[in-house]
Formats: sequence, C-alpha cells, structure tokens
Amino acid sequence: MHKFLIRSFVSSLVLLFTLNVAAVAKDVKAAFVYIGPTGDHGWTYQHDVGRKAVEAAGFKTTYVEGVPESADAERVLRQLANSGHDIIFTTSFGYMNPTNKVAKEFPNVKFEHATGYKREHPNVATYAARFYEGRTILGTIAGTMTKSNVIGYVASFPIPEVIRGINSFTLAAQKVNPNIKTKIVWAFTWYDPGKEAEAAKALIDQGADVIAQHTDSTAIVQMAEKAGVYAFGQASDMDKFAPKAVLTSVENNWGPYYVDRVKAVANGTWSQKDTWHGIGDGMVVISGLDSQMPSDLQAKVKKLQADLASGKVHSFTGPIYDQQGNLMVAEGKTADDGMLAGMMTYVKGVEGDIPK
Amino acid sequence: MIIDVNFVGLIIASIMASAVPLILASCGELITERSGVLNLGVEGMMIIGAISGFALMTVTGSLIIAVFGAMLAGVLISTIFAFLTQTLITNHVATGLALTIFGIGISAMIGKNFVGIPGKEFPVLFEGLKDTIPLLSPILFGHSIVFYFAFALPFITSYFLKKTKVGLIVRAVGDSPESASNQGINVKLVRYACILYGGAMCGLAGAYLSMIYTPQWIENMTGGRGWIALALVVFSTWNPIKILIGAMIFGGLTIIQFHMQAIGVRIPVQFLTALPYLVTIIVLVVISRDSRKIRLSTPSSLGKSFHKDN
Repeated sequence: MHKFLIRSFVSSLVLLFTLNVAAVAKDVKAAFVYIGPTGDHGWTYQHDVGRKAVEAAGFKTTYVEGVPESADAERVLRQLANSGHDIIFTTSFGYMNPTNKVAKEFPNVKFEHATGYKREHPNVATYAARFYEGRTILGTIAGTMTKSNVIGYVASFPIPEVIRGINSFTLAAQKVNPNIKTKIVWAFTWYDPGKEAEAAKALIDQGADVIAQHTDSTAIVQMAEKAGVYAFGQASDMDKFAPKAVLTSVENNWGPYYVDRVKAVANGTWSQKDTWHGIGDGMVVISGLDSQMPSDLQAKVKKLQADLASGKVHSFTGPIYDQQGNLMVAEGKTADDGMLAGMMTYVKGVEGDIPK
Repeated sequence: MIIDVNFVGLIIASIMASAVPLILASCGELITERSGVLNLGVEGMMIIGAISGFALMTVTGSLIIAVFGAMLAGVLISTIFAFLTQTLITNHVATGLALTIFGIGISAMIGKNFVGIPGKEFPVLFEGLKDTIPLLSPILFGHSIVFYFAFALPFITSYFLKKTKVGLIVRAVGDSPESASNQGINVKLVRYACILYGGAMCGLAGAYLSMIYTPQWIENMTGGRGWIALALVVFSTWNPIKILIGAMIFGGLTIIQFHMQAIGVRIPVQFLTALPYLVTIIVLVVISRDSRKIRLSTPSSLGKSFHKDN
C-alpha cells in the first residue's frame, strides 16, 4: 500500500515538474519599468501602449510606474527579476547603470534598456528611436507654412537627444526657407502643462506662427489652437486636442519592437544588440497630414518620408556648419551615429546658446 | 523685435492668467489660516479639484456642473481634514501632508480613464472688445469668468475680514480661540466652515488648471502650485491684497524669463528658472526682518489644536 503511495507520489512529482517546465517555456513574462506615470499622455504613456501590444500578442506583462532613477530602480529591477520575469524593459536613460548592475546578478533574465549605450553583460540590449528623422519632416513643414518666418521651439533639457532634434528641425526648415529664425525657449521640464503653455504663449506673443515642442504634454498644441498658429504633436497623435493647429504629429511606436523582443525570448532566439530604429522600421511614425497643408507640400513631405525610410535622404547631410562656422559634416557626407549620439552643439542658424 | 504697448498688454495678460490658480488657492487658505488652522493639503485639494472638474466636464458635458462639482470635491476632501483636526484633534501639519499625498494618489487613480481626452472650450467674456483699447484690451477682455472672479476675490476677502461681523469672528477664533469660545462662539463650527471654504477655493483653482488654463488631465498637473500658494499666504503676511501682488510676481517671473529667452537675452536659463523661487525667499527674508510685524499679523493660534475642555 505505501509502496503504491510512494510511487504515485514520485510520479506525480515528476509530472508536476515536467508540466512546470513546459509552462515556463511557453509563458514568457515581460516587465516594464517607467519613469513617469502611465497617465502622462507622453513618453511613459507611449511605452505603455507598447506594453499593451505585447499583452495583445498573448504574453503576460507587468509594469512599475514612477520609478526614480536612483537606488530605487535597482530594488525594483531585482524584485522583478526575482519574481519570474524573463525580459525587463527599462524605459528611461537614467536606468542605465542600475540595469547593467542587476543584469549581472540575473544572467538568465534579459534586460532591454531604452536610450542608453551601456551593454556590459550579454543579457543587456539597448534600443532607441531616431526621432530626429521625424523632426526633419516637421522642419520642412514649418519652414513652408510660416508667414512670419519666426518658428518657436519649446525645449526640455539640454541633452544630445533634444539638441539633435533642434538641429535636425532647423536644418530642414532652412533648406526650404533660408529666411527662417528658430527661437528656442527652454522650459526645463518634460511635462508641466502650465509651464509649457506659458513658454508657448511667450513665443507666440513674440511673433512665432509655428510652434514645435520637445516636451510631452498637449498644453502647447492647445495654446497654439487658441492663438491661431500651427503646431506639431509630440509622442502621440495630438490632432484631437487642437484640430486646427496640429499639422501632423511624430509618434513613438514601441509596440512592434517590444512584441519582437518578447517573441525572441519565447523562441530562444533573443540576443544582445543595439537598436536605433527610425521611420523606415516604423518606430517613428508620422501621423496623417492636415488638409490645411497645400497639396504640393503634402506630396513633398510624403516623398521625404519615403526617402528617409529608405535611407536615400539622411537628416544630417553635409555641408553642416556649427554656429561659429566650423565644418561639422563635410559636403556629401552624413553624420555618423557616434556624432549624433553625442551632439551637443547647435548648427548654424539656431539662435542663442545651449544652457550649460 | 519691436516692443509696442499691445505686446506689453499681452505679457501682462499672460501673467495674470498664470496667477489665477495661485490667487484662488491662497485666498482660500488665507481664510482657513485666519481661523487658526494650518492646512498643508492645498496641493492635494487642488489636484482633486482638477480631476473632478475635468471628469465631470467629460462625463456630463456641463461646464457649470463641472466647476461647482470641483468646488464640492474640494469641500468633501477638506471635510476629511476638518474631521481629523477638529473632531479628532489630530496634528494639523501631519494631517495636511497626508491630505496632499492622498489627493495626488486618488486623483491619479480616478484620472486613469481621462488621460488623452481633449477638454472642452471654456467660454470667455467680452471677446468682441479685444482690439478696442491699446494696452488695456488684452488685460481687461476675453477671459473666463473664473479669471474675473479670481481678481475680485482678494478685495472681497479683505472686505470680509475687515468689515463684516463674520470676518471679525473668524479673526477672533484664529487669534484667541479661548476668548472666542468664552464669548459663546462655536470655535469648532467656525473652523469647520473656514476649512471647507478653503477646500472649495482650492478645488476651483484646480478646475481652472484642468478646464481653462490647459484643458486636459494629466497626473500631477498642479505641478507644485499648491505649495507656492501656501508660501504666498506667508509672503502676504495674511493680507489678501498682498496675495494679489505676490501671485503676480511669481507668475510674472516665470513668463518674463520665457520672453527673455525668446528674445535671446544671454542670462543663464537655470538662473532665470530659479528666479521666482529666489525672489520668494528674498521677500520672505525681508518680511521676517520685522519680527514684531510678523507676530502681529500671524494668527496667534495658527496650527494649534483647540479643545473646549482644555
């Protein structure tokens, strides 16, 4: 009798074990660490849209929002790695060191860090989007649509990502309209609707009739709508917030990448890499063009979009000079990724100094 | 850039628009503090007002319901504070801080379903007169009703405190609850009323942000304005008219620094960004030099619990 019991006990254990293994191989769990709240309707919101795409593809996901870029991040990452997550996306630049540190302790968990450059362990990959390609398109539209030749630009913080955007935007705008002037106001915030609106209002009061933004909220496009000037949506399609003002939006589209990477973990094909995708790979998406844009401009923008996607046109094609007139990129050459990643000087034509 | 009078008018109008939530919240808190209650939950009450106003506007489609609903939400959340500090005699500072944390949390929870929805257009008054008088037109015309109310409020508050009997009772309760109580005044009732009024004004300040100033909901959208409103009350030495000046200075410095950047004035941006806070500190230092005046204008029982059986 108790031989039977032991045998059935052992066999059920074996059965349980195999079942468990099978379950683990199938059920890949993905975790996302966010800097802001998912309710910011900007950066974090778009990452969360990506997470939902992973969920829709049949995987389990968890997320932790509002994680500070400090020792707290390490604690959160360790906790997520310990609780059976197979792949963890850390979606802010400041998580770079915590991600690499925790990755060392959990070699079987895959880590994906957004906008960083450190891949110290084979289980750490990095990814970012070439948003500057989108800004080339915005610059082209702004340079064509402006009547006052003053274009306003609300910037957040002086980091390469933002400087690159300002440069890409200004180069494109100057190409279609050499008389334009880009006025830049640094709001020193990623999102504070009140402050962003005040910054936009100051630019509009000073004659800007097209406003671009590198902050996250919809306050700027709403202010543009009120004042009767043009603007562009940031991170997501903001057309419904300001139907008359918004000419187009540059959307961050992380979903396809996230689904790809989680699937790769499920198939066992995940490997370390550095991804920097633009319009061509669909990570940067240009929303529908507003009908207020003349049809030849629309055609031009569509062609530019296709050329940027195919690589025929590069946002930073020489000759490009800095503000002092020094050559940055020679004629016929394009800026390499190293230069783009560390870009901390304005190109010629941008007014003012970068805050230090 | 040509500086013309209309441009100056536009700048002043922007400054006034940015001062509105500060004036509303500060004037509400001023009444609360004048009754001897220190409510540090201004930020929390504002954010509750912001989400309530926005949510009600989206759900009911009525701006009137939304504005009054936001004020009611401010009243409701401040009732919690009033119950804790007046009935259960808890510490004002700790309870106020808890109220702020609670407000930010619960507004985020309610707000989950309202992210990414555009707000409605709020009607403005006298828009037809916008180009009639140089300089003054943009300042005087084309604003929402809440804007006009906010600029009348400091004067109403001042009149209320100085010239009315109820105002006198509020001041008496704040300066000496014991004597007021001996005179037959129900201290608890007066303080309850002042706390709830403060809540209503903070709720309205929040609704102004989410419905009129930047019509949208995002988490934490008050962005610390509640704390500035609290500082303004001290800054004003509990004088409503000085709140008006303080709010204009504070809102003004932010807007003027943006204008200076756009013009291309070469002053470090970080310095300009810090300027409003620096000025607040400097003014506070200057004010507190005269300790006698501070003692005279501070409600003497501010932040102290009152219990009749004491």
